[in-house]
Order: sequence, then C-alpha cells, then structure tokens
Amino acid sequence: MDELTKLTLAETLKDLKDKKFSEEELCSAYVSRAAKLNPRLNAFISLCEPYKGILAGIKDVFNTKDIKTTAGSKVLENYVPPFDSTVISRLDQHNISVLGKTNCDEFAMGSSGENSAYGATKNPWNLDKVPGGSSSGSAAAVAADMCVFSLGTDTGGSIRQPASLCGVVGLKPTYGRVSRYGVIAMASSLDCPGPVTKSVGDARTVLGWIARSDGKDSNVAYHKKDLNGSRADLHGLKVGLPSEYFAKGLDHGVKVAVEKAIKQLEDLGCSVVDITLPHTEYAVAAYYILMASEVSSNLARYDGIRFGGGRELFGPEAKRRIMLGTFALSVGYWDDYFAKAAKVRTLIKLDFEKAFEKCDVIAGPVSPTVAWNLGEKIDDPLKMYLSDIYTVPSSLAGIPGLSVPCGFVQGLPVGLQILGKHFDEETILAVGEAFEQSTNWHLEKPAINF
Amino acid sequence: MAKLKPEQVKHIAILANLPLTEKEEIGFADQLSKIVDYFDELSKVDTSSVAPTFSPVDLQNVLRQDSTEPSLTQEEALRNAPKVDNGMFVVEKVKHG
Amino acid sequence: MTNLYEPVIGLEIHVELNTKSKMFCSCSAQYFGSKPNTHTCPVCLGLPGALPSANTEALESCIKIGLALGCKVSEKSRFERKNYFYPDLPKGYQISQYRWPLTVGGEMEVVGKSGKRTIRINRAHMEEDTAKLVHQFGITTVGARSDQLPTSNEGEKTLIDFNRSGVPLVEIVTEPDFHDSEEIRDYAKKLQQICRYLKVSNADMERGDMRLEANISVRRVGVKELPPYRVELKNINSFRFMVAAVEYEIKRQSEALENGERLFQETRGWDENKKQTYSQRKKEEANDYRYFPEPDLSVVSMKYDVSRIEAEMPELPAEKIKRFVDQYNLTEQQSVILTDTQELANYFEECVKVGIDHNVDSKKIANTLINKKFDRKTTLPADLIKILREESEKPEYPESELESAVDKVISENPDAVEDFKNGKDAILQFLLGQVMKETKGRADPEKAREMLLKKM
Repeated sequence: MDELTKLTLAETLKDLKDKKFSEEELCSAYVSRAAKLNPRLNAFISLCEPYKGILAGIKDVFNTKDIKTTAGSKVLENYVPPFDSTVISRLDQHNISVLGKTNCDEFAMGSSGENSAYGATKNPWNLDKVPGGSSSGSAAAVAADMCVFSLGTDTGGSIRQPASLCGVVGLKPTYGRVSRYGVIAMASSLDCPGPVTKSVGDARTVLGWIARSDGKDSNVAYHKKDLNGSRADLHGLKVGLPSEYFAKGLDHGVKVAVEKAIKQLEDLGCSVVDITLPHTEYAVAAYYILMASEVSSNLARYDGIRFGGGRELFGPEAKRRIMLGTFALSVGYWDDYFAKAAKVRTLIKLDFEKAFEKCDVIAGPVSPTVAWNLGEKIDDPLKMYLSDIYTVPSSLAGIPGLSVPCGFVQGLPVGLQILGKHFDEETILAVGEAFEQSTNWHLEKPAINF
Repeated sequence: MAKLKPEQVKHIAILANLPLTEKEEIGFADQLSKIVDYFDELSKVDTSSVAPTFSPVDLQNVLRQDSTEPSLTQEEALRNAPKVDNGMFVVEKVKHG
Repeated sequence: MTNLYEPVIGLEIHVELNTKSKMFCSCSAQYFGSKPNTHTCPVCLGLPGALPSANTEALESCIKIGLALGCKVSEKSRFERKNYFYPDLPKGYQISQYRWPLTVGGEMEVVGKSGKRTIRINRAHMEEDTAKLVHQFGITTVGARSDQLPTSNEGEKTLIDFNRSGVPLVEIVTEPDFHDSEEIRDYAKKLQQICRYLKVSNADMERGDMRLEANISVRRVGVKELPPYRVELKNINSFRFMVAAVEYEIKRQSEALENGERLFQETRGWDENKKQTYSQRKKEEANDYRYFPEPDLSVVSMKYDVSRIEAEMPELPAEKIKRFVDQYNLTEQQSVILTDTQELANYFEECVKVGIDHNVDSKKIANTLINKKFDRKTTLPADLIKILREESEKPEYPESELESAVDKVISENPDAVEDFKNGKDAILQFLLGQVMKETKGRADPEKAREMLLKKM
C-alpha cells in the first residue's frame, strides 16, 4: 500500500493506464494513510473519503462545493460553499478528487502554519519544527505522501516557502496565469493559486490543467504565452544571482546548499551572471503595506450576517493585518504608506525587468533558514515578516517562481528558488526539472514511524 | 516616527469594525508601532520618477457582455446564514455609522 | 430676513440602469417583484472567493448619460473600493469610482426663480447598488445607502434582500451651483427625461430607480467661500417632497444662522406628515472611506468608443426643442411641451409629415396636441390630420364668444394675469387652457392665444 502512495502524479497516471492497480486501490491507499498520519501531522483540517479519482489535498482557502471550507479560521468554522473554485472544477474535469482540505494559516496569513485556528501543522521531517506557511498543510501532506499532489496559494511566498521547508516542489505561477475565482481572497493583486507536488514534471502537469482564463477573473487574460510542455535546452541559459539574496541574514548551511545547486546548474550547461536587485531591502515593507491594505478590505465581508461567525473570532495575526491595512489606507496616511508602497512596487518591478535583460532566470534561496522550532517566532510578528525577504519581491512584481529541493541542513530540507519572466513558467520549470533529474534530492522522503 | 497610541488603535479598530478588548488595544498599539516604524524605511526611497503599480498586470477593458446566467436558489443563498426570516437575512441591531 | 442668506446647493442623483444583468455579475437585474434573495450569486452576495466582472453595457449607458450632459469621457478610468460597514453592503465595500471617474465636467441649463442658469456637472460615474433593508414592521427603505433608517428601538429586527445588490447605478454629481428649489426640480426632471430618451433607465423616483440627495448650506449674500458645513437631504422619493424639503432647509438654516447658532455636518430626511426635515445622523467628521483602486478589475479606457456610442444616441430634448422652434416655427414653450417624451415628439412630427399633403400646418397641429384631449394610442397621425381638415372646413368659433370667454378668464384670474405681466411666460399656457375649458374646446387655440395676448 505504501508503494502506491510514494508515486508521483506522472507515475500514478502511467500505472493507472497500465492497470497496475485500480483507482479504488489508489484511493484506499491514500485515504488510509492520510487518516493514519493526520492526527500527528495535522496537515488536513478535514478529510473526505473519495473512492475514485486521483486524490489531491486542497488548501482550505479554495471553495469546494458542498465541502466545508474554513480558510483556517474560526470565523468560517461551519461554512459550506454553494460553488466550486474554477481550479477545482478544472481538476475535476481531469479526474482529480478532493481527498481533504489542507491546513493553513488563518486566511493564508503567516509563514509557519501557526496562525491556523485548527492547530499548527507539523513538519514531517521533524515534528518539533514548523512546516512553513501559509500553505503549511499542502506542503506537509505532499512531503508525507498523504496525497498525490496538493494546491496552495502564494501571496508573498506561501507556496514556495513551505515547499522549501518540507522538501517538495512548489510553483507560484505568474500573477494572472490562474483564475482566482473561488479562492478566498487575501491580497487581490498578489494571490496566486498553484501546485505543490512531488516532482517538477507534476507541477507542470497540474499547471497545465488549472491555467487559462475562465471569464470570471478580470486579471487573467486570454492568449497569454500558452504552456506547450516544451523542454528548453539549458545550454547557454543565463542564471542571474542577485547579490542581495546572498547577503547578511542568510543562514550559512542554506547558503552552502544553494550555491552547490547553482554549481550543478552550471554543470548542466547554464552560465551564471551576477545581477543586482537594488530595492530588495524595501520589498518587505512595501509588501506588508500593500498586502495588509488589500486584506483589510477583503476581510470586511466577514460580518456574520450572510455566513460565518462574528469578527471577534479572528486570530491575532488576522486582526493585526486588518488594522495595519486600515491604518495605511486611512485619511492622512494614504500618501505616505499605501501610495508610497505602490510606487516602490514599481521600482521593484523595474529591478526585475532590468535584471532579465542580462539573464533568463534568477536563482537563489527561498528562505533565509531551514525550518525553525514551533513557537520560536510567534511572539515577534516583525521578525516573522522579515523571513519573507527572498519571496516577496517576486510577488510584488507578479513573476513566476519555483522551489525545488536542493539539499539538507541537519536533516531539514532546503529549497532552491528559480524565478522567471512574466508568463515564462516554461523556462523555470525546464531549469528546475533538469536540476531535479540530475540530483537525488527529490527521492528523499521523511522517516515516518508513527 | 509613527508611535501609535491605544486611542489611535481604538479609532482604527472602529474603522475596521473589529471589537477589541482594552488589553488587545494596548498590545496591538505596541506591536503596530514597531511595524509602522519599520514601514517608515520607505521614506528613504526616491519615488519621484515613478507612477504607482496597483496590479502586476496591465490589462484594459476586460469586460463582460450584458447577458444573464442562472442565480443561486434562495435556499443556496440562505444556507450558511445564522438567522433567516421569510426568505431574508436577519440582522438584530443596525448601527448608525 | 432670509434675503440676507443665499443657499448653496449641490445635487447627487443616482440612476438605476435597466440593463439585463447586474453591474459585476450575470444575475438578472430585473428584480422588481421577485421573491427575496432569488437574484443572487456568490459575487453580489459577497461570498468568500467571488470576483467582480464589469458589465460593458452599463459602462456605455453611463457614458451616454455623461455625453448627454456635456461631459468628457476619461482617457483612463478606474474602479475603486469605497470601504465602510453596513448590513446592506455585502462585501464591506462598494465598488465605485473616486479619483478616475468614467466621465467628467459637463453642464446643464436649468430654469428657476431667477430664470435660466447654467449648472456645472462634476461627473457621471459608475457604481453598484446595495441590498434592500426591510424594517421589521414592513417599512421598506429605498436608497443608495440605507443609513436613512429611522432611529430603531432595541429588539427591532432588520431583514435584508440582496436582489438589488450589485444592480448598476450611475451617480451624477453637480457642483454646488443651485440657488433655489425650482432649479433643482427642473434639473431633476430634465435628467429624468434624458434617461428616458436614452432608454437607459425609467428614472422613476417612486420606484427608486432615480434617487435624489441634496447637499444644502447657506451663506451670507456676497460671501464667496463655501460654508463650513453641509446638510445632506436623503431618502426623499418624489420631486414634490424634495422641493418642500429644500425650501424648508433653506429657511431653517437661514434662521439658525441669524440666531447665531452654529450648523454642523448632518444627514436629514423629510417628514411629510409634519412637513419638516428631521435629523438622521450627525457626522462630526467626514467618513473615511479609504478609497483605493479596485485590484480585481481592469482599467477602463473607452475614449475610442465615444464616436460609436454618440452615433447610437437619439436626438436629445435640448436639441429637439431648438430644432422644433426653427423647423416648425413654434415657440420654445410649445416645443418644450411637445418634446416631453420621445413618443409625443415623434407623433407630432409624423402628423406634420402627413399634414403637409393635406394643407394642415405645424402650428395648428402643435396647438391641437397641446390643448385638445384625445388618445394618441387610438388616433393615428393620419386620422388626426383628417379630423383637423374637417374642422377647418367647419364654421369658425364665433369671435364674439371667444372674446367674452377670454375676458371672463382674465377677470377671474387676476393673479395669473399679473404674474404673466411680470414675465412669467409659462402662465400663458394656463390661461389658454382656461379659455379652452370655457369654450368647451371648440375655440381655435391659436386664435385664443393671440386674443389673450392682445387683451393683457
């Protein structure tokens, strides 16, 4: 049974086609494994018991028709949506069933999973450590083979960072590639639904299923550079290394692992170029101002009248961000905070445009550290925000980003981040896949002995 | 330097429709002040030559034709409401803003 | 005493459009008479995860209204979120416009107590309607914002129907250029007429598809600065009540200031029973709506559609009136009456066309349509011309009897005659109507009018 749950999506699809096992057997394997491991890992807020289809873990911010959707919050404890997110309908068309709703920080706000109203998810590699956030359950579930793949959302790193901390693949698509219709909004100009998978090839497959305009999300345009599954030849491909992503604050062990990975890319035929993203140091402030402003507005609909509980049920991080956002938009502060941050966002976008004149992709770490102890950073929100330094700039710019396992520090996973130009997921997936296939990091699994 | 006092926090909480206890007001005042102080770093950046970016995509006129689709049934619309009456949502006390 | 003070009045009018679907979703916008909460979807119900999608027809209707008011269509227009909390606002914000409205800067000529004046239009922009609040005891409040509820007692319930939530609204805002209630009435009637000509809305105040809000303050005559306060008059659903409320407010505020009272920003409604305005809400400071650009919607740039949209617009009342005066040799007053609705104007022109072949001139047709009662629905233009021709072959109404009728009307209506002599041209129509009544409709209106003028 364990053998079935180790398979990637690609392997699963092939073996099903070759009738090595049936869909029922596959479902049964995942359902029982998930039920067995969840009490310790808390990767799922709710579990279904599907008996057909290929099973995916869905972050609990995706509306799933007639299946309870909580966004990791007490406010939506009993909320049952009357409609599906677009991406869920699309997955359904490809015979994907919902195994369960994965745990996450409340309303996708957090970098550790500890802001969930349903208890923190544990990192399968070490149960005392955080799995990262906000797609904490999605990453942990894939790492522990509790599902074939999962869906998460990345607003400031919330797919890439937990993927990195849990040793799985996470893809943040270009903003505007995947419809947000049905995704419980956190920050409207930043939220990107995307896959968390066991391999880069799986991420490409799932992206192909969920991308494309649906006519309901005005930010998803038609006729954008379509995905055609081509594999670029890495020879001559230029990888930019931003000096700002290898500076003070980066943990030594992580730095070593990432640098080794980049050396591997060179061995595969890439050439490395030094680049600069000079406004990186302002990205966290700009991001938190803009994100919190949009959050304060997006969370205004939770008034307990048409659905859900009262606003006193929000957790402290949600309340904090609602107030920060309300403050940044208020009379007398709008110019210095919201408008200012929006201008800094332009500068950050321009940083990337300039850098991409000299390189095809940008590589670096995802997180300054590996997974930290549960409870370690929860009392210092600002400290937690600062750990998003390598992911928020690309979020502000809207470009795509991939996290690929590239090593370990004291038994805890490290992810390599690969960033690409707008709508150029093909190239970052190609680089990621080539790297993955030339190493064995992706074959490592956490030792689960409970 | 933006030092947020509990009274300011109270005002923000009212604007944000967040019921806070007095303890929360004090606690948040401290945390928010630290964060807003950090935000003030942005004043160092020269943004005089750029326009603001409100969205990473630059789309225009993404519009919808004026046609109708079926709505939710009344039951679906009311399904998650804590209180309903005669097909309508109920709110007990209406605040005059 | 009130001549020491002059009113400073601006109007905000909301027009509910008659599009098939709502502003940001595909629910039917034709909700009148439907069971509650049967025209909703995740978008207009404000459910988590829903996203808005802008109705292109609604935008074009807004542009038509703007163009009819002489406004310019903005090069780049954005939707913005107006953030505030109220039970009729499902998202906790209204998608509206603020810094980048769809159309800006027009004007309209209005007729008031001091004759013709030009009112400047600040903008005509696009937004979405709120839900309907139904007070427990069956009083429905109709308004763009439902902060017009009467003061509620503890334990009273409020019920919400979201059928109206998300229906497209065009908001038309004037500069504070109005000086009296007659100008306001004229403006509102003209705007209603424009909406009906454009067929973008029935603009019926009683049904709530046109809503008036007036911002009134007063200042000493001669002072140029805007007063430091504004009283908002809201939730008044007829022209008549609005005029009464405005008159009342002008008087109340002037007296208050004369007594040395300070006046504050507040919202007031009209009590038809007591014939008074009453305070609904005192606003110490303006609401902080924390406007920011709506990230879920694209920029709207429709400058290049303007010529096409203009070509689709019918001839509007102002142009039609001018043309009728020139083309049919009518007075302005007659033209105003004949252009009251497109239907009447078209009927008139049809009659003129037929009349050419039968020697019945436009002035006779005009007089007949204005002064004689008959059912246009059952009388075709050709029929009317036939009747008029037959009449012209009949003996004329005796002049001596006409003269005595005119004399009688003049002696019985000394005030009206006085008004006419003082420049109130419109009174002539009233006097003419009285003469027609006196002669049981048999006199020739044109002759009657000439005689009235001669005698006064």
